[in-house]
Amino acid sequence: MPDGAAPQNSDASDPTVLDVRDLKTVFRTRRGEVHAVNNVSFHLRAGELLGVVGESGSGKSVTMMSLIRLLPMPPAEIRSGSVDFDDMDLMQVSEDQMRAIRGARIGMIFQDPMTSLNPVFNVGYQLMEPLRKHMGLGKEAARKRSVELLELVGIPDAARRLKDYPHQFSGGMRQRVMIAIALACDPKVLIADEPTTALDVTIQAQILELVKELRQKLGMAIVWITHDLGVIAGIADRVMVMYGGQVVEEAPVRELFANPKHPYTRMLLETVPSLSGERNDRLQVIQGQPPMLACDPDSCAFRDRCPHAFDRCAAENPLLRDVGPDGHRAACFWDGGTQGEEAAHA
Amino acid sequence: MPDGSTAPRKLVEVRNLRMYFPIHTGLLRTHTGDVKAVDGVNFDIYEGETLGLVGESGCGKSTCGRAVLRLYDPTSASIKIDGVELAWANDDARKIDAAARRIARNATYTVMILGVVLIAVLAVQFEAMARFPIVLLQAALLIALGLLTFFLTRNMLRKSRARAAGISEADFAPTENDLRRMRPTMQMVFQDPQASLNPRMTVAGIIGEPLSEHTQLSTTERNDRIYELMDAVGLNRDFANRYPHEFSGGQRQRIGIARALALNPKFIVCDEPIAALDVSIQAQVVNLLEDLQEKFGLTYLFISHDLSMVRHIADRVAVMYLGKVAELAPRDELFNDPLHPYTKALLSAVPEPDPVTHDTAERVILQGDVPSPSNPPQGCNFCTRCPAVMDICRSEDPEMKEVRPGRFVACHLHS
Repeated sequence: MPDGAAPQNSDASDPTVLDVRDLKTVFRTRRGEVHAVNNVSFHLRAGELLGVVGESGSGKSVTMMSLIRLLPMPPAEIRSGSVDFDDMDLMQVSEDQMRAIRGARIGMIFQDPMTSLNPVFNVGYQLMEPLRKHMGLGKEAARKRSVELLELVGIPDAARRLKDYPHQFSGGMRQRVMIAIALACDPKVLIADEPTTALDVTIQAQILELVKELRQKLGMAIVWITHDLGVIAGIADRVMVMYGGQVVEEAPVRELFANPKHPYTRMLLETVPSLSGERNDRLQVIQGQPPMLACDPDSCAFRDRCPHAFDRCAAENPLLRDVGPDGHRAACFWDGGTQGEEAAHA
Repeated sequence: MPDGSTAPRKLVEVRNLRMYFPIHTGLLRTHTGDVKAVDGVNFDIYEGETLGLVGESGCGKSTCGRAVLRLYDPTSASIKIDGVELAWANDDARKIDAAARRIARNATYTVMILGVVLIAVLAVQFEAMARFPIVLLQAALLIALGLLTFFLTRNMLRKSRARAAGISEADFAPTENDLRRMRPTMQMVFQDPQASLNPRMTVAGIIGEPLSEHTQLSTTERNDRIYELMDAVGLNRDFANRYPHEFSGGQRQRIGIARALALNPKFIVCDEPIAALDVSIQAQVVNLLEDLQEKFGLTYLFISHDLSMVRHIADRVAVMYLGKVAELAPRDELFNDPLHPYTKALLSAVPEPDPVTHDTAERVILQGDVPSPSNPPQGCNFCTRCPAVMDICRSEDPEMKEVRPGRFVACHLHS
């Protein structure tokens, strides 16, 4: 962990709590199918923070929504894949079982705190709901725990604010409430979908500090979806880069930022202007547009925008392969070291 | 704001810009307070430069940008673009204007009420006067009389009072018609390209609309100009007859930029033009804006909350907090050595895309939220969250001062 908050968390020997294999989600629309998630596999170790980066439409949210089965079906359809969590395959369990897992053992935080809280119920009610449903607490016990939770996420005067409605909170405070709700039942895994995107930088800094602090206290595994590389650099242990519905690179955070292998990751890191250091006269750009995901990928999704593309990229879809230490993997035929095609191996 | 160098010409001069939105409460909707969205902002923009305007959401940066173009009626301001006054050159002019307007309005009401009574009396007294076309004629006459009263009284009052106060007629705000004639020199690029383009108009229609509103070009000339603009922003000419929904976000923003360029403006306000776009597309649009600036000699007011992007595009940067400019400085000096505590906190809150510096960086994490602009704190408006707050900050509002050449700071630490 970069800030040294919980170095033991990123130990590679920690047990895997979530193991996703070959997940494939397709949306059926009137204009044909959209292959939003294509054979995504990843795992999450206990106590680890996995950052997921990618542009909008790269399938990062849909992947997470698929694995907790929150997508409306139809139009969405999960074609294949397995999700191992707690000795269960989340793709096979019944809807009732799933409901007992969601919000209890897998917590969720969504992007927009404005729309993910119900405006007609007060915050206390919304906090107590999972506590009473999942933990079977009585009214008084749930209330007490709610106050504790609000204090945990740093909301002053918690007991009184339970009666307040979402509109009486500011954006940052609302996101704190969302975090409190997600933490209510002590989840093993927390999925945070762009939790700070709608917030201002000074408020984002507060929330990031809070998450670091909570990880130390509670030690859960977190999946953090974002498009902001700066946020990822600050809090993640391991990073997964997504493009066109596929994982194109995954690596520990320092390794990824110091030594990006996939051309997309390299260019993404170059496009972001920095606050310190040399200021370039022109910004690096990735020419072109993200791909339309109309069919099953049979070639590299990035090849139209890639400066290193060659014949093989159009003929074959690259699979993730080991390219560096500590499980650094990238899905690319190009080898940055030799500036040529990687030696043919499986 | 004084400045030492005389070489570059000031294109935009903004003095004492205030934009209050009234709060009406109660059954009678009485005026009980104001949201002070922008509260006394001063800045200059030199010809050909980009002034970055940064701040958190709700600090008034967008309101400021819109008020500069007179898309809002500011509460008070002097805004000069290319030497032409868009608001009131001095506060006296504004007060005289408001008073003259109020008196003229009351005079008009009186005339109208008397007129209606007169028509009613005439109709009761003389049967001939009660006939339909005659009443209509009388009503039309009355309305004309009312309008005449309003303008005559207002202009006479304004003229006499202006002479008494010793200010010229040119100090007053231009009329709506005059303002409209000035619009071609100043344009705007909006934040959300989805919302700022009419979904029922084709690309050619959208880009050509300012041309048909403000110029007398023939159809072929107009089409040529539209194609020229599409080339300039990197849109394929074949797309001229497509609709906005057929484009991606970055392409849509290019349409918005082409529309802003249509009338050869000198000054463009870019209100968060890249906030709604993806990182890789943001860079494309920023590069386009820079190219266009070089090609057409444009001057930008670039409003954004993305500090790293502002560091890239702006020459000078103004940092706003709660309706006021906290610090205004040349780009490199501001980012290397911020003087105002708020600027320091804002810069340190931006996460750097580098895990190594995250270990060493010293962060200033601000506590609490931005206070409400309808009830700003007494004294310095940053005193509730400032890590270096002193006693004087809670009682006195710091003046904007030039602490070093070209660097303006409103903080008691630097006075």
